[in-house]
Amino acid sequence: MIGPLIGEALRAMAANRMRSALTMLGMVIGVGAVIMMLAIGKGVEDSVRASIASMGSNLFMVVSGAPQAGGIRMGSGSAPTLTIDDADALKDLPGVVAVAPSSPGGAQVVVGPTNWSTSVTGTTPGYFTVAEVKFGEGQPFDESDVRGATRVAVIGPSLAENLFGGDSPIGRTIRVNQSPFTVIGMTEPRGQSIDGRDQDDVVIIPVTTAQRQVFGSQVIGSVRFIQVKAEGPEVMDRLQDDMETLLRDRHRIREGQDDDFTVRNMTSIMNAAASTTAAMKLLLGAIASISLIVGGIGIMNIMLVSVTERTREIGIRMAIGARRRDVLWQFLLESIVLSLVGCLIGVLVGVGGARAVANVTELKPVVTAGSVMLGFGVAAAIGVFFGFYPARRAASLQPIEALRYQ
Amino acid sequence: MAVIELTGVLKDYTTEAETLHVLKGINLQIEAGEFVAIMGPSGSGKSTLMNILGCLDVPTDGVYRLAGSSVGELDDSALAGLRNRTLGFVFQGFNLMARSSLEDNVALPLVYAGVSRTDRNQRARDMLAKVGLEGYARSLPNRISGGQQQRVAIARALVGQPAVVLADEPTGNLDSTTSAEIMKLFERLNREEGVTLIVVTHEQDIAAWAKRLVLLKDGLIQYDGPIPPEFRRNE
Repeated sequence: MIGPLIGEALRAMAANRMRSALTMLGMVIGVGAVIMMLAIGKGVEDSVRASIASMGSNLFMVVSGAPQAGGIRMGSGSAPTLTIDDADALKDLPGVVAVAPSSPGGAQVVVGPTNWSTSVTGTTPGYFTVAEVKFGEGQPFDESDVRGATRVAVIGPSLAENLFGGDSPIGRTIRVNQSPFTVIGMTEPRGQSIDGRDQDDVVIIPVTTAQRQVFGSQVIGSVRFIQVKAEGPEVMDRLQDDMETLLRDRHRIREGQDDDFTVRNMTSIMNAAASTTAAMKLLLGAIASISLIVGGIGIMNIMLVSVTERTREIGIRMAIGARRRDVLWQFLLESIVLSLVGCLIGVLVGVGGARAVANVTELKPVVTAGSVMLGFGVAAAIGVFFGFYPARRAASLQPIEALRYQ
Repeated sequence: MAVIELTGVLKDYTTEAETLHVLKGINLQIEAGEFVAIMGPSGSGKSTLMNILGCLDVPTDGVYRLAGSSVGELDDSALAGLRNRTLGFVFQGFNLMARSSLEDNVALPLVYAGVSRTDRNQRARDMLAKVGLEGYARSLPNRISGGQQQRVAIARALVGQPAVVLADEPTGNLDSTTSAEIMKLFERLNREEGVTLIVVTHEQDIAAWAKRLVLLKDGLIQYDGPIPPEFRRNE
């Protein structure tokens, strides 16, 4: 029964080529948009997740707090209240894996005739653990370098490329704000951080050296922020309380006074960022779905016109023995075929569009089998849903009335 | 036993203003193998009678038995089945499917009867040959003449080997020469194949091809008997 009816459906579509093509265009655009939008959303989501992974997991960020001077509150980090000693104290808390007090800044780096403006971070060996840095060449500096304020540096691969071309940077000397440093290590490429900084264009040096010889003017021993890595997600909440208690104690902050530091749970911030991108993905999908529905309404519209136009044909079919459900199936199949063919082309357009976006922009859209199936399934469902009403209308015609229709 | 048996059939149409009594008590028996012409002026109820005979409409009152089934007791689906297996229709306007080949047009009733594809095509081709259209199986209806289209419609009506073929003004759209050819075909099918034929017409020279005349007037049968001698075939 279904076999000859599919033939009928294809013949009906072929009889009105232009109309069928335009009707299908609605589905093509709808399905294409859904697949492309989901691909873009997935691409953004993946890049956010990669950034989170590159930052390391189970992290706290302690920044020096907002001091109050005569009722004027300053922003976080504007007073040098955190010290290297604070960092050492935090390290002894149970559940802490590593701490990295950091003094970041910018500096001009010179090698022979080449120079390059880059960011410089003064920190301790704990940084390499906290940020999960892997080494492409050489090795990190150690505690004795921090104690002795030696002039050694770890650099990122894109900085190395800029300064030394393809040569190995290990053992070479770079001048950072006039002070000579020996390069002892180069990190593996890490890509962009979550806030868009290039983590491969950096110089990492012992914090003591940075304070005494590169940035100079800061209060000796104070740092801008301290990163703390915890053992696992289960200790994060307790550790946050412990860290706050410890620092209030060390900074002699009395009950009722405001903290002069802020402890931020980076994991929760990152998770918030991840859920934001998930929400964006949902929004993109929802907007694209609307065009699918519009496409479905287009199918319903055309099917209604088609039923009216073919009223007489329906009457003849009924006269020669078509049951109501045969007529129902005939028109339902026609709308299903319309939407499925539109959908197939839409999948191709969506995948092609995602490729084009990948070629033209930095984004890497990811077309998943799931999104193709979703687009396909929804389109088929729309074909049935929006095709059912016109088909019902055709099937409920009275044979005599239909035969009399001119 | 009569293939068609109408007993006291009434048909009313109710409009907002009034109730129209279109058929006012029809008693009619038609045996298998008969060739009957139904005539009557406009408004005599012959279209309504045809719709009831064709199971496209049901009587308001009275009993219609078609090939043993009491039509008034059947639901839509069963009526469709009865039309498909027991009846063949030939319309004034041919009513072929414009997009389908002649073969597919003829095979259409068999599609709804659930006959397999190869079987359908074979029977459709045989039937086309019987009405003198072999070799046209793959043509489209708009490539052939009106008389040929009506032959295709006759082939379609006969393909399911129905008990009765109903033809509603089958020559109304045709010139007199072609009309005579169509009527000759009907006459031959009735004589050679024993097909039961009921033809509605308002032309005496068409009715003259039949063997029995039923004359309707104002919803009642006025005459039922042999073709009057003054009716001349349009040969």
